[in-house]
Amino acid sequence: MSEKLFVKGNEAVAMAAIEAGCRYYFGYPITPQSDIPEYLSRELPPLGGEFIQAESEIGAINMLLGASATGVRAMTSSSGPGISLKQEGISYMAGSELPGVIVDIMRAGPGLGGIDASQADYFQATRGGGHGGYRIIVLAPASVQEMYDLTMLAFDLSDIYRIPAMVLADSVIGQMKESLTAHPRPQTVLPAKDWAVRGREAGEPQNVVKSLYLGDGEMEAFHWKMHARYQELAEKESRWEEVQTEDATLVVTAFGSTARIAKTAISMAREAGMKVGLLRPITLFPFPKQAYEAISGNCKNFLTIELSTGQMVEDVRLSVARDAEVSFYGRPPGAGSLPTPEELFEQIKKRYLNS
Amino acid sequence: MRHDVFIAGYGGQGVLLAGNLLSYAAIHENKNVSFFPAYGVEKRGGAAMCTVVFADGDTGSPVVGSPSVAIVLNQLSFDKYAAKVKPGGICIVNSTLVEADGSQLPGVELVAVPMNEIALELGDMRMVNMVACGAYAAKSGSLALESLEDALKKALPERNHRLIPANIKAIRAGAAAAMQRNT
Repeated sequence: MSEKLFVKGNEAVAMAAIEAGCRYYFGYPITPQSDIPEYLSRELPPLGGEFIQAESEIGAINMLLGASATGVRAMTSSSGPGISLKQEGISYMAGSELPGVIVDIMRAGPGLGGIDASQADYFQATRGGGHGGYRIIVLAPASVQEMYDLTMLAFDLSDIYRIPAMVLADSVIGQMKESLTAHPRPQTVLPAKDWAVRGREAGEPQNVVKSLYLGDGEMEAFHWKMHARYQELAEKESRWEEVQTEDATLVVTAFGSTARIAKTAISMAREAGMKVGLLRPITLFPFPKQAYEAISGNCKNFLTIELSTGQMVEDVRLSVARDAEVSFYGRPPGAGSLPTPEELFEQIKKRYLNS
Repeated sequence: MRHDVFIAGYGGQGVLLAGNLLSYAAIHENKNVSFFPAYGVEKRGGAAMCTVVFADGDTGSPVVGSPSVAIVLNQLSFDKYAAKVKPGGICIVNSTLVEADGSQLPGVELVAVPMNEIALELGDMRMVNMVACGAYAAKSGSLALESLEDALKKALPERNHRLIPANIKAIRAGAAAAMQRNT
């Protein structure tokens, strides 16, 4: 499996799901993620798996809930409008402590919006999205290789913490093709799914998967338990990439496709003799606060770049040292709004001269 | 070393296949590759474009504002994109369909190759993209012609492998023409 393949980001997600042992996919087509169901509709049945094109996104997310309740690895994928429809089901999964992987290849919105790259669903993804006050694990790949690696990680983290996990990318990462090394699934020790409902044998205790808590103090206890679990996630599972931050007097921070464009802009800045670095969150929830805390001890100048009018920038501001300044440059999503490295370099120059 | 090339034409000229071919050739040379297609409401006759970035290390941005090389297959793309080529860069144009002279692009080397005519002479107009790829490899020096020829096996579906010899001829003809004509 070490041969270098050349595949689309969306295909890498589907390949990784299969390698991770996922045999159940439920979805409904929507641009720009339809390559995922297309691939799995072809590849899952010969493996003894199930591919179901549901009647709607709502149907698909509830099929995911049902499959996950039986303890199998299962997945759904969609984009903006479809992800909105899935929020009720995601909330029920969170309330039932069910694992499960949801892939969101963001498109421009609100409403039907457009099919161009967007990062404007950051809030929806990282704040839970549905009702009741919960969080889901959110992983933000920036390359085709990471689409593969982080999809596998999503299955593992979701199983370990019993929290739904989302792979959050956009049409740039989903539609581009890159070289990919399709390595085998990592050997992670996973907890037994002794909570799953698989049909009770004689003498076995009854398992119940539900999100209804009516007993005195029951619901409150659930919230504190999950709160502690989210904190554990933040301590153990925060992931990020740093590029040349050691001597930087300006740190650019961005995720996904924007971070890729920023990386080249930063190379331009370095060539021009400017001390600029990059901090790229890989986990958006948990947000890698510790990285921002550490870097802002030395560097007091941050520039957040997003394909929106500013969402992640709020988490950046909450995470840096109090005396650090955070500025923002955004291109809201839509046809023609994708910035070039040259454009981001101009923004870096502006911020750098002021530092 | 990081290379980038922007390819533009109209739907049906094989712009995306050309991008795929260059990508496979770069992988053959052990490079990391990013192939970024313009993604939208594609149709035959509509605009088609893609960017290929390849490097020994990190490919960085899949989006390129000022490409170091542009391959332009029709007039509309030339009018829209030729001016974006980086100073010191190369603009390879399909001179069958593009009217261009060097004075329009100061600091950029204009390479005019009558790609439609060459493809037609070899028997099939659809090979215009192969002629373009050959011209790119020869003129930029960033990929070996042999890598392109090898990449055909991966870029073309198996049912079209019988066409590989004809495509190799087109790649070589494009390379030869690019090295000869230089206006």
